[in-house]
Amino acid sequence: MEFDALLLSRIQFAFTIAFHIIFPSFTIGLASYLAVLEGLWLLTRNETFKTLYLFWVKIFALSFGMGVVSGVVMSYQLGTNWSVFSAVAGPVIGPLFAFEVLAAFFLEASFLGVMLFGWKKVGPGLHFTSTVLVALGTLTSAFWIISANSWMQSPSGFAGTVEEGLVAVNWLQVIFSPTFPMRLTHMVLAAYLTTALVVAAASAFRLLKDSSEAESAMALKMAIGMLAIVAPLQLLAGDLSGKDVLEHQPAKLAAIEAFWETRTEQAFHIAAWPDREIEGNHWELSIPKLGSLITAGSTDAEVQGLKAFAPEDRPPVFIVFWAFRVMVGLGLAMIALGAWGAWLAWRGRIVRSPTFLRACVAMGPAGFVAVISGWIVAEVGRQPYVIYGVLRTEDAVSPIGAGAVSASLLAFLVVYAIVFSVGALYILRLLAEGPVAGAHEPPPRQDRAPGTPLSAAPEDPGPPDKEDR
Amino acid sequence: MDLDLPLIWAGVIALAVLLYVMLDGFDLGIGILFPFARSPRDRDTMMNSIAPYWDGNETWLVLGGGGLFAAFPLAYAIIMPALYIPILLMMMALILRGVAFEFRARGRTRGKAFWTGAFAGGSTVAALSQGLVLGGFIQGVTLEGEAFGGGAFDWLTPYTLLVAVGLTAGYALLGSTWLIWRTEDDLHGDARRWAWRAVIASAALLAVVSLATLFVHPQVALRWGFEDGAFDFARLTLLSPIPLLGLAGLSLVVWGLAKGGHVAPFLGSLTVFVSGYLGLAVGFFPYIVPYDLTFRQAASAENALGLMLAGLVILLPVILAYTVWVYWVFRGKVGADAGYH
Ligand code: HDD
Ligand code: HEM
Ligand code: HEM
Repeated sequence: MEFDALLLSRIQFAFTIAFHIIFPSFTIGLASYLAVLEGLWLLTRNETFKTLYLFWVKIFALSFGMGVVSGVVMSYQLGTNWSVFSAVAGPVIGPLFAFEVLAAFFLEASFLGVMLFGWKKVGPGLHFTSTVLVALGTLTSAFWIISANSWMQSPSGFAGTVEEGLVAVNWLQVIFSPTFPMRLTHMVLAAYLTTALVVAAASAFRLLKDSSEAESAMALKMAIGMLAIVAPLQLLAGDLSGKDVLEHQPAKLAAIEAFWETRTEQAFHIAAWPDREIEGNHWELSIPKLGSLITAGSTDAEVQGLKAFAPEDRPPVFIVFWAFRVMVGLGLAMIALGAWGAWLAWRGRIVRSPTFLRACVAMGPAGFVAVISGWIVAEVGRQPYVIYGVLRTEDAVSPIGAGAVSASLLAFLVVYAIVFSVGALYILRLLAEGPVAGAHEPPPRQDRAPGTPLSAAPEDPGPPDKEDR
Repeated sequence: MDLDLPLIWAGVIALAVLLYVMLDGFDLGIGILFPFARSPRDRDTMMNSIAPYWDGNETWLVLGGGGLFAAFPLAYAIIMPALYIPILLMMMALILRGVAFEFRARGRTRGKAFWTGAFAGGSTVAALSQGLVLGGFIQGVTLEGEAFGGGAFDWLTPYTLLVAVGLTAGYALLGSTWLIWRTEDDLHGDARRWAWRAVIASAALLAVVSLATLFVHPQVALRWGFEDGAFDFARLTLLSPIPLLGLAGLSLVVWGLAKGGHVAPFLGSLTVFVSGYLGLAVGFFPYIVPYDLTFRQAASAENALGLMLAGLVILLPVILAYTVWVYWVFRGKVGADAGYH
């Protein structure tokens, strides 16, 4: 393998986008959760909701900041590292990016200021509106960026070739390309799951220390309710995504399932060691006939294997196969956790089962891992194309030298390592303090002006009514 | 009615970049001035004075870049690789400066000191690298067909370094005059002193950069009426409102500083930036990759520009309206004890 500008750009892109997606997966869900909390507070005047809002909004501020700065990098990197891609695809998907900026980024960024610092500057109605607009902004942003990505996965509604340039002929087909509806659904559900798991883990951690903390009990129940409903839906959405893959990207499907031969009655591989060199699996643990049933809906269905594609058109198999299994495995674990929690909640025992609470803590990061695995399936499985069937990744790269890219890659590694570890430390510290301490401001000290980002919350939200239980 | 879509979009992108430079300019300026503050408390106030806005301000940069990709993909595909190193340097710097807003408040002792440094360093490096990008852009890039064909360090010349220093001084001027407007007491007084220095440095560097540009770029000189020692007075007169606007801006800053005005210096420094920007535009119109590619050659498909224009016409007024509203919500002095929430 040669470390040329192409390979380095791919590593850099994969690293920076995987870093970026960590934050949207959390902030999309958290923004909606905050809107719900503030709405419930305004509706019921139950101080528990307010305390929770003031606590989670700080975590939101930290994560959102990291999401923004890593996102700005992405929007320039398309040009710095993938200039051929930009020149070719710009006339078709450029407008989708432009709409994302105009409809989503400005909305999020502007109302974020009011959400974080406006508590005493605007009335509760306007403040709530700002929170809702930030939440809508994150969802709008997901809509447009996933639209762009889906077009790259299943391009439609365009004419022309790479040499003469691409143009859109039907904008609705460009925006709503065939795999877009399921991909957007799957991603938004993934974001809600990720958030629910983090909220559940943080609350469970507090409850393990103090099972009488009303705020954490409330947050845990909300999170488990979310999980119990959304995790099964995600299985459904994922299955439908798989059907899209079968129809539009058969080579990716073959890689996901490590099918090599084209045949009916494909076996389902629970685990395997696929190898492109030998065009087969070193070993496999399989259930006969199930593969055709899951992917195509019938054991008699013929499903293409990787050998049906020329070697240079096959995606890497090993990583796609295993990333898929990690994602699905975690998805199944989430379903189990949701069902277990729902059952405990129904029996009224949810805060008093240490085993369950520990399981919640352990599953806290599962959403992030599943999201990144899912994107690896989608993006690596699309190789060797960057625009599926239209433009190969190797032809999309900028005319730059390996030296510049290795320098920038190294710099990204260092900067992101610092930002990530410090950000994670600050977030974990806040989470460990818990909502009651976290929602209070320390009394203004001499060396700190009021109105620092810290005081995203007002200094004195009043003593939260601790319910006796 | 036939709309000249490429022209409209060239105007929109130019406006986005100008708004970015003016708005994030004062944010970055505050970071540049960070090391000179007397106390951590003053630094907190400085940061507080921009905390609610910086993200919205930075979004104009995203519109500038994303809009260039969407409306002039060919220009985007040439300029970004040509200025690879300064652009990525700017990104790293903006990352550090951006997260510092939250991280600095969360840090305890060492953390806080580190993120204070990261905010100052990130802002300064971002300003310098934006200057390098600007200088590299003015200088022009080497093309091979319709793609970038030069080397990784083509942008690095004495001229670009000069522009980088000039832009940084300009941002310091914006930042210090913003602080004059939005703060009180000691910090306000310090900001006045900083503004005096910044305005002198900016005026001098603006003059030197302008002259240097005429030497670096014969075509620009021609635009302004200078040719081989000969000199077309009519042309210069025609364009003279632009430098005069700059002089008016500088006078407004100086007058405001001398008279103790609070808003005048900031308005004056914005005016200086508008004048400098117009000066550049005159030198390069209609080129989007200077003297190689015009905005028409680089324009995206008509139907893409049309679709985006429809969105823009609806969304831009809304964006401007709520941006103004957000500035209005957080109006007034950011006193350290003023109960700013
Ligand atoms: C599914 C969602 C999703 C995906 C796949 C991406 N993003 Fe993102 N992005 C968001 C969801 C998001 C968000 C929720 O809107 C963010 C994340 C966290 C945040 O703070 O806003 C954001 C922030 C964000 C910003 C900063 C916006 C601002 O200034 O407020 C930019 C410029 C981008 N992104 C650009 C990109 C690009 C070029 C991507 C792909 C190559 C990308 N994002 C993938
Ligand atoms: C947000 C979640 C995403 C993740 C985690 C992700 C991950 C990845 C990964 C791992 C690769 C490398 C594949 C390889 O080189 O083998 C890749 C490639 C690519 N992705 Fe994504 N991607 C995401 C979203 C997007 C979006 C939204 C776009 C554009 C609209 C995009 C555009 C690309 C491009 C241009 C490549 C080709 C460059 C390359 O091969 O590295 N991706 N992505
Ligand atoms: C439970 C069973 C699941 C199944 C059957 C499933 C199926 C799939 C399939 C087939 C893809 C590839 C789509 C494509 O390339 O076009 C995919 C992608 C993805 N998955 Fe899953 N998934 C499951 C669970 C999850 C979970 C729990 C998460 C995260 C919490 C998740 C997050 C993602 C993401 C972010 C992508 C990439 C975006 C996309 O292509 O939609 N998935 N999934």
